[in-house]
Amino acid sequence: MSLSLLKTALELGLISSITVLALFLSYSMLNVCDLSTDGCFTLGASVGAIVALAGYPYLSIVAAMCAGILSGFITGILQTKMGVDSLLAGIVVNTGLYSVNIAIMGGASLLNMNKTVTVFTKLEDILSGSPVTEYSRLIVVLIAVAFVCIFQHLFLRTRIGLAIRATGNNPDMVRSSSINPVMTTIVGLCVANAFTGLSGCLMAQYQKSANIDIGTGMVTIALASLLIGNVFFLHKSIPVRIAGTLLGSFLFRLVYTVALRFKMPAYMLKLISALIVILAISGPYLKSRMPLIIRAMKVRREERSNA
Amino acid sequence: MLSLRHIYKTFESGTPSEKKVFTDLSLEVADGDFITIIGSNGAGKSTLFNLIAGSFLTDKGSIILDGENITMTPEHERARAIGRLFQDPLKGTAPGMTIEENLALAAGKGGWLSAIGRDEKKEFRERLALLNMGLEDRMHHPVGLLSGGQRQALTLMMATFNTPKLLLLDEHTAALDPATSEKVMEITNRMVHDNKITCLMITHNMEAALCSGNRTLMMNDGNVVVDVSGEERSRLEVNDLLEMFSKASGNKLDNDRILLGQ
Repeated sequence: MSLSLLKTALELGLISSITVLALFLSYSMLNVCDLSTDGCFTLGASVGAIVALAGYPYLSIVAAMCAGILSGFITGILQTKMGVDSLLAGIVVNTGLYSVNIAIMGGASLLNMNKTVTVFTKLEDILSGSPVTEYSRLIVVLIAVAFVCIFQHLFLRTRIGLAIRATGNNPDMVRSSSINPVMTTIVGLCVANAFTGLSGCLMAQYQKSANIDIGTGMVTIALASLLIGNVFFLHKSIPVRIAGTLLGSFLFRLVYTVALRFKMPAYMLKLISALIVILAISGPYLKSRMPLIIRAMKVRREERSNA
Repeated sequence: MLSLRHIYKTFESGTPSEKKVFTDLSLEVADGDFITIIGSNGAGKSTLFNLIAGSFLTDKGSIILDGENITMTPEHERARAIGRLFQDPLKGTAPGMTIEENLALAAGKGGWLSAIGRDEKKEFRERLALLNMGLEDRMHHPVGLLSGGQRQALTLMMATFNTPKLLLLDEHTAALDPATSEKVMEITNRMVHDNKITCLMITHNMEAALCSGNRTLMMNDGNVVVDVSGEERSRLEVNDLLEMFSKASGNKLDNDRILLGQ
C-alpha cells in the first residue's frame, strides 16, 4: 500500500470520525439513534460549500455547525415536544433536509469547489514552501478532530453533560429528578449535529465538491465505526471511550482501504458498513442466546432418540 | 406544608377498563410530619405519590406545597422541592455513571457548564462517610457495581442532598434483604429527623408503619380510612391497626405483601 493512499485513508477517516464522535454523543451517551445524520452531514456540506464559494472559508465552518445545530434542534423538538417517535423524527428530518439541501445549493445537486478557497487551501498557502506542506490537509483535519475530542471530553464533565449522560443511562431516574429530559435531549442533539455538520463541511471542502449524496449512508458507516470502538472500550471512562471511538473509525477505514486494494469495488463500502453494524449489534445478542439455542437443540435430539 | 384539596383521578376514562382511583380525596400534611401509609392492593398509594410528584396530573382538585399551588407544575420542577424514592433500587441512580457523577447531578451546584469542583468532592466524601458503607472510598466506581442496599442508601442521600420540602418514600426498603432493609430504614429515620424533612412513606411493614414517623394513614379504595397520630397512635399495636382498618373499610386488609411484624 502506497504511503499517499494511506494518508488519504487517514484523512478521510479522520473527517468521518467527527460524525462518529457526534454519534458517540447522541447514540452512546443520550441513547437516541439519530437518523437525521445523513441529511445533516449533507446540510453541513452544502452550507459550508455555499459560504466558502461566497469567499468566506473560515465562516463556512461556523455556518455549517450552526446549520447542524438547527437541524438537531428540530429533530429534538419533534421527539420531545411534538410526540413524534425518536426514530421517525430523524427519518422525517432527513427526508425534509434533502429538499432543503438542494435549495441551499441553488437548485443544483452538485457544487464544484475546484478553484474555491477552503480551509484546506488556506493552510496550504500558509505552509507553502515549508517541509510540512504535503501534510497541510492532514493538519487541518487533525486540528478539527482534536477540537471535537477535547470539547466532548470537557462537555461531558459539565453538569449539562452529566445530565445528558443520565438521560441516556437511566430515563427513570431523570424523570423523577429535577433534570428536564426535554432540555437534555435537545441540547444533546444540537451539539451532536453541530459536529455532524462540521464533518460534512470538511468532507465537501476536502474533496472540493459538495453533492446531494455526500451524506448517504453516513449514519450506518459512523455507527459501524462507533460499534467497532465499543468492542474494546465499552466499560471504560469517557476519555478512553472517546479515544476508542477514534480508533474504531481508523480500523473501519483501514479495513475498507485494504479491501479496496484487493479489488473490492468502491460501491461495496455501504454494504460492508451495514454488515458491520448488524454483526456488532446482533453478535452479542446471539452470543447470549447461544446456550438456550444449544439446549433447545439437545432437548429436541433427545426427544427424537426417545421416540 | 402539603395540602391536597378535593382530588379526582380516573384512569382510562370512558373506556371499559375505566378505573376511578380518587373521588374527592383531601389530605393535609403538617410541617415536619413523618407519615407512614399502609393500604390494600390498588388502594391508590402509589398513584397518590405520582400525583404529588407530578408524574400524573390530577383530573380535578389542587395540590398546594408550602403555600405554592403546584397542581400544574411539571414533574422536574416539582423535583426541586420533592425528593422521591422507589421500591426498585435501580430507578434512582444512573448505573453507568460514577458515584461522584451521580451525586453531582443531585447536588446541582454551579451553572450548567461548570464541572465538579474540589470542595464539592470533599463534601460528597464527608456525606457518604455518614452512610457507613465505605462508599466514600469508591467515588469513581460506576453505581452499577453497588449492591441494591448501597444503591438505595445512595439514592436516599441524593434525594435529600439539598434538603427537600417533602420526601416521598414508596416502599423503598421492600426489595432489600431484612438486614439491609433495617439499615436503610435507620439511615432514613436519621436523615428525616436530622434535617426535619416532611416525609410520606408507603410501607408494607405494619411494624415499621407504627415505629417510624408520627402519623399513620391506612388507605382503601382511594380513601383514607384510618388516620391516627399522637398519643392514640403510640398506644397502638399491629393488631389494633388491623382491627381499625376492617372496621373502617368493612373488609380485611388485603395486601399480598403485607408484613405484620419482624
